[in-house]
Amino acid sequence: MQQLLNGLFLGSIYALFAIGFTLVFGILDRLNLAHPAVFAAAAFVGIELVAVGGLSIWVALPLVALFGAVLGLVIERVAFRPLKGRPDAHFAGLIGSIGLGGMVVALLLWRYGPDTRRFPADAFPSTAFEIGSARVTLLQVAILAISIVLMAGLTWLVGRSPLGRAMRAVAENPRAATVLGLNVDRVTATTFALSSALGAVAGALFAMNVNSAQLGMGSAIELKGLAVIIVGGMGSLPGALVGGLLLGLAEVFAVQYVGSSWRDLVAFGLLFLLLIVRPQGLFGSKRVREV
Amino acid sequence: MKTSVKTLALTGTLALILTACGDSGSGDAGGEGELVGSGSGDSCVIETPVPVGAVVSLTGAAASYGESQKKGLELALEQLTEKGGVEYDLKIEDDATDPRQGITVFEQLSEDRSAIIGPTLSNGAFQAQPIAQEAGVPVVAISNTADGITAQGDYIFRVSLTEAQVIPQTVEVAKAEYGLEKVVVMYSNDDAFTESGYKVFASALEEQGVEVLDTLTFSKADTDFRALLTEAKGDQPDAIVVSGLIEAAIPLVTQARELGIDVPIIGGNGFNNPKLMADAGEAAEGVVVGAAWNSASEGELNTAFLADFEEKFGSKPDQFAAQAYVGLAAIDAAVRSGCSGERDAIKEGLAGLTDLETVLGTLSINADRDSEHPAVVQVVEGGTFTPLN
Repeated sequence: MQQLLNGLFLGSIYALFAIGFTLVFGILDRLNLAHPAVFAAAAFVGIELVAVGGLSIWVALPLVALFGAVLGLVIERVAFRPLKGRPDAHFAGLIGSIGLGGMVVALLLWRYGPDTRRFPADAFPSTAFEIGSARVTLLQVAILAISIVLMAGLTWLVGRSPLGRAMRAVAENPRAATVLGLNVDRVTATTFALSSALGAVAGALFAMNVNSAQLGMGSAIELKGLAVIIVGGMGSLPGALVGGLLLGLAEVFAVQYVGSSWRDLVAFGLLFLLLIVRPQGLFGSKRVREV
Repeated sequence: MKTSVKTLALTGTLALILTACGDSGSGDAGGEGELVGSGSGDSCVIETPVPVGAVVSLTGAAASYGESQKKGLELALEQLTEKGGVEYDLKIEDDATDPRQGITVFEQLSEDRSAIIGPTLSNGAFQAQPIAQEAGVPVVAISNTADGITAQGDYIFRVSLTEAQVIPQTVEVAKAEYGLEKVVVMYSNDDAFTESGYKVFASALEEQGVEVLDTLTFSKADTDFRALLTEAKGDQPDAIVVSGLIEAAIPLVTQARELGIDVPIIGGNGFNNPKLMADAGEAAEGVVVGAAWNSASEGELNTAFLADFEEKFGSKPDQFAAQAYVGLAAIDAAVRSGCSGERDAIKEGLAGLTDLETVLGTLSINADRDSEHPAVVQVVEGGTFTPLN
């Protein structure tokens, strides 16, 4: 029971990280590898807002999301837009975003130094509940709730709102969207902002959850985020959610039943197995790409 | 940085001029004769500053240790300069917690330094120290606790106690205090320091008849230990024994208490850091750590060290600062014993160190070039390390 909950909470953060990741990929067909840097930067900024700024966590979190959104706009402007006309725009953007991500981490190093940082001990009440033999903290419940609300909100936004319609139109065919009078650049920028805002919130929540924020925290989760979006089906939002939870549970149960040294091997082994059975991912549809 | 480069260039040029035209005056053979002084011990006077290098991890995973070490060295340097007679030209380099960079800076420092201190982690020490051995530069390890560090050659010394010296004492004291019968062991298996700590724990536990219910491994970059801890909790141990670095220790301890694990958590040297209490808060209560340095020791040298450190840096020193401080002091004692800043004289001096009074206690270098001094077993109580023995 405790392990099930451990997996659920871990997985919900993987999912929140991966959903931002997959949003840009699904709509714009770009892989933004600066996303892990946003994850780390947001954790440090969140800690600064609470520890130095003295803000409550409930004020800090929206500010962190806002910070993420701005960072997303910068990433789009600097790493992707100048390269969009190139024939190899996918690859160029990939490298551009790795470079920009590295710069963000270097700035963090300069600003915060190499030390591990943490939210102040009293940033969140340390209430814990007993569910049978398992223990759950209020923080974990809050993280799960925030993740679910954000994911539901995003799904609604993409599926039902005018902005979502515009996003889907751009995803379908950017040129046609331009002809229809959509401002493709603006939709693209908004998508990046949304994606990074989610990544930022995920970063701050992750730092709270494990009581530790490190410069490398983004790269530690990056591979898992990629695995999650591939398993979920490239660009599928529900897929990222289910994939994230699946990976979290797989890791936890690998520890329980196989052995701690085999955790990553089992978790990633399962992912490979799943891809062999269902190459398009859990929720992905087989895509036919026109030339 | 810039000034130290300038000073270096200046002393270098000076040395060149001196050797070029002043050879007649000195009775000493060889071009570096100006490092030999007159007098002995406290009255030793050497005209030229003795060039000493230090390699610590100022960035990367071990940066929090390296930062402490740098402060310890700076304080020692300042006090040795005040003491007079022998001056040290100390150059501190960063290995970025990367053994490859460690090799590069060791190569640089081996060119012109009389002795080298460091590097921070045992991982890096195994790669970098052979370079100094080859060049014939004495090395003083100040925080390496893994087995086999000094076995790398007769120029490699260490002032830090090995895990093999501290951990058996820790287990013994904790066993007596808490009546340990069965424990769960956790360690990060991708780091030389924590792996060697684990091995010593395992053999000490076996020797003292404590049953190991389960051995769980994690990675040094891990921050979520809930799955492992849940597993450990299910075994109902009398204590959890952990060999991990401080970056892992803090989330691990926090999450253990959060999951309702109330038994003592016995840590290796990586846990021996005031950050544990600062960042894990109440969760750190009941953590047991063996240490080479007793922060609460009321010896005269130690109280002075605590006060001076706090005055200079505005924070309390940790074991890493204390050991770095002693590292330079040991070099100073070795230099003064032969009143020479030459490499081989320092090597001789280090090998002969006996009953040196330091902030770590009375320290001697044994035949294996390892240091011997008493260890202390501490438990976190009311937010501070309190001696258990």
